Amino acid sequence: MQLYLPIAELSVNALIILGMGGAVGFLSGMFGVGGGFLMTPLLIFTGIPPAVAVATEANQIVASSVSGALVHWRRGAVDVKMGSFLLSGGVAGSFVGVWIFALLRSVGQVDLLIFLSYVVFLGIIGTLMLVESVHAIMRARKAGATVPHRRGQISWMRALPLRTRFRKSRLYMSVIPPLAIGALVGILAAIMGVGGGFIMIPAMIYLLRMPTNVVVGTSLFQIIFVTGLVTILHAVENQTVDVVLALLLLIGGVVGAQFGARAGQNLRGEQLRALLALMVIAVCLRLLFDLVVEPEERYELAPAGETDR
Amino acid sequence: MRFPAQIIAGALGVLAEACPLAAQEDLVTDISQHQISIRSNFTGADLLLFGTVGSTPSDERDIVIVVRGPDAPVVVRRKERIGGIWVNYGSAEVENMPGYYAVVSTRPLEEIAPASVLERYGIGVKYLGLRPPEGKAAPLPKPYVEAATRIRSREDLFVEQPGKVLFLGTSLFRATIGMPANVPDGLYTARVYLFSEGNVLQAQTSTLFVNKVGFERLVFDFAQTRPLAYGILAVLIALFAGWAASAIFRGR
Repeated sequence: MQLYLPIAELSVNALIILGMGGAVGFLSGMFGVGGGFLMTPLLIFTGIPPAVAVATEANQIVASSVSGALVHWRRGAVDVKMGSFLLSGGVAGSFVGVWIFALLRSVGQVDLLIFLSYVVFLGIIGTLMLVESVHAIMRARKAGATVPHRRGQISWMRALPLRTRFRKSRLYMSVIPPLAIGALVGILAAIMGVGGGFIMIPAMIYLLRMPTNVVVGTSLFQIIFVTGLVTILHAVENQTVDVVLALLLLIGGVVGAQFGARAGQNLRGEQLRALLALMVIAVCLRLLFDLVVEPEERYELAPAGETDR
Repeated sequence: MRFPAQIIAGALGVLAEACPLAAQEDLVTDISQHQISIRSNFTGADLLLFGTVGSTPSDERDIVIVVRGPDAPVVVRRKERIGGIWVNYGSAEVENMPGYYAVVSTRPLEEIAPASVLERYGIGVKYLGLRPPEGKAAPLPKPYVEAATRIRSREDLFVEQPGKVLFLGTSLFRATIGMPANVPDGLYTARVYLFSEGNVLQAQTSTLFVNKVGFERLVFDFAQTRPLAYGILAVLIALFAGWAASAIFRGR
């Protein structure tokens, strides 16, 4: 079933896009991640212009994070105060990210920016996750060993000013680290078309030392607003949000996530993380391959003056 | 030169550009569609061009049909290997790159007319008359021009098909030209040339529109003209979809 995408300006098979949404949704339901970091590269691999893939995926993440965040909200697992500081940073970060994006787009380097960001971040995250999960699997094999849970803050963070109390997270700390983490995530959301959970969640656990039960809900809370803002900014600055594509993706994604969540219950946490890590590394290598191998066509055509406004 | 250059520059929409020397060879042509609509299920279109031609002084006569889409400025970028990765490095701007260009003919173009004639009339993907933006003195570098044509040809947007114009009997001819799904919208011109012994005897121009219509047009225009409202609406749709999904699956 061919469907013409009005903004991407090409015709795609709607069933393939629905299937991709479903597959990534399945994985994100299974692993409890947003899936943007898988979806955006997949869209690029199918021929959607990278700039459209990034902006449209941000739009789709709004939908998937809303349905996720509502679940956590009902459980009371959202630290709104912490979320608001992360969000304030995220707002600033998204403006910076979209500005960088538009700037590089006008000089023809936005694809490079997207690819390099993916290679670097997926490479780092994938490797860290793989190492961590393999350790966890080996630890689990040694009977009786328990995972040490560290509380309290990292020493240099204690020196930062502007401390305040985060009741839900049971923390008394400076607002600077959440602002900084939020800003970084905002920049990545704008450039990579991701929610940024894969950066934010580890940062919340290992840097902010937030209790794990509020981490996912709080990060989803921030992601809704940041990806929403990123969608609007991309629509205004680059006109690259394709609502038809976004709708197809989110229909597939919502359904896939439901099945994925059920499938994930039968697998162990550390095995899930190891699987996810391998997948992240695979996407990273595929993108790296595209950058390193001599392209078949060394030239490309782009409309002139795309962003000369 | 027997034929004035005005033939090329002939006003759009003029149906017949009579040539004084060829009064008896009346070329009459038409297109099956003057309006092509890009809807959500658009997978390309086939244009049928047909016409009749009277007697020519010589037995050798050829029909060449050129369909040219809207010209637009483009940037051609070239990748270089820098630090192990392929990066866009050099670039050249073309002021008037046609979004679509098809030429069909009774025989291969080089058998029909000499290069100088083809070039004068802009017939063939080698003779598109591409130029740099105004104010740039340097001519377009050849590799970039070739690459631009090559890329468009690979996307089926530039087509050169000899033998596609068929004579049915002595005076009636027809040709079909396929337009792929990715044709740009805008004003297209279809020119039909009657050649004999290496020269244009007569030419005729007609126009056609390729338009996005219906929902696609609406979405595209909305995104271009009211980008802020479009962005906000896109977010609202996503918010609603997310809430709806959560409501539907909540009971399980």
